Amino acid sequence: MAISDFVEMKLPAKPEYVGVARLTASGVANRLGYSYDDIEDIKIAVAEACTNVVNHAYEKGQDDNFMHLDFGIHDDRLELIIADQGGKIDIDKLVRERGPIDSSQSIQDLQEGGLGLFLIETLMDKVEYKGDSGVMIIMTKFLQKDEVEQRDDGISEEVSKQ
Amino acid sequence: MNLDIQLQEGPQRNVVLLSGEVDVYTASKLKETLNPLAEQENKELVVDLSGINYIDSTGLGIFIGALKATEKSNSTLKLIGLNERVKKLFEITGLNEVIDIQANDAREEA
Repeated sequence: MAISDFVEMKLPAKPEYVGVARLTASGVANRLGYSYDDIEDIKIAVAEACTNVVNHAYEKGQDDNFMHLDFGIHDDRLELIIADQGGKIDIDKLVRERGPIDSSQSIQDLQEGGLGLFLIETLMDKVEYKGDSGVMIIMTKFLQKDEVEQRDDGISEEVSKQ
Repeated sequence: MNLDIQLQEGPQRNVVLLSGEVDVYTASKLKETLNPLAEQENKELVVDLSGINYIDSTGLGIFIGALKATEKSNSTLKLIGLNERVKKLFEITGLNEVIDIQANDAREEA
């Protein structure tokens, strides 16, 4: 299916701009008719990808640090691309360390990181990693049309989400 | 896009009331509040999340850090007032198995 619209953003790779990226993603997803839960999932996935850029992509104190966001708006899905040009993220290491909490470990051994990529992969339908001069995370969330139609018909949306 | 933190300190129990959003921007403020409280010996640390409408892995990481600190100081950590969305994140990540959590519907009356 062809892209019907395309939104592009370039934001400073600073903590205070992650919320801006999140709210923009929320606005785009809302316009497409995603359910409340799906919009919240998309917000978290975008914030996690941007947080990785802010925390890991660039040398501290380096100027011109940016995160690039591209939203490909398709009929049946939203494709979100978050990219940096810092070259500092070791994506293979992040992927290796991702995962949920292992409750069999002692509390002192619990990892405080690794949840970001795990959440992205859990909340989105498809996730790809590419990288050359930086890392590019390509995430897709499909639009569940049945749910939207049910909502428009006034049939309980709660039923469709259980 | 902000986080409001209120603290009620007591002899046995410290209660932290949060409202707003916990993300990479607001997380340092939360960490600075929680860590010293979690390091106090033999105390109950209760964090009320009923005013939180957004949290992501940065926030979850801070609670893992607080859990470690409370264990070291022979204290306990309890999170209360989680809404459905926030609870979902604790469940997906498995954090609900290591942190004492009470969702919104089971919240104690203050």
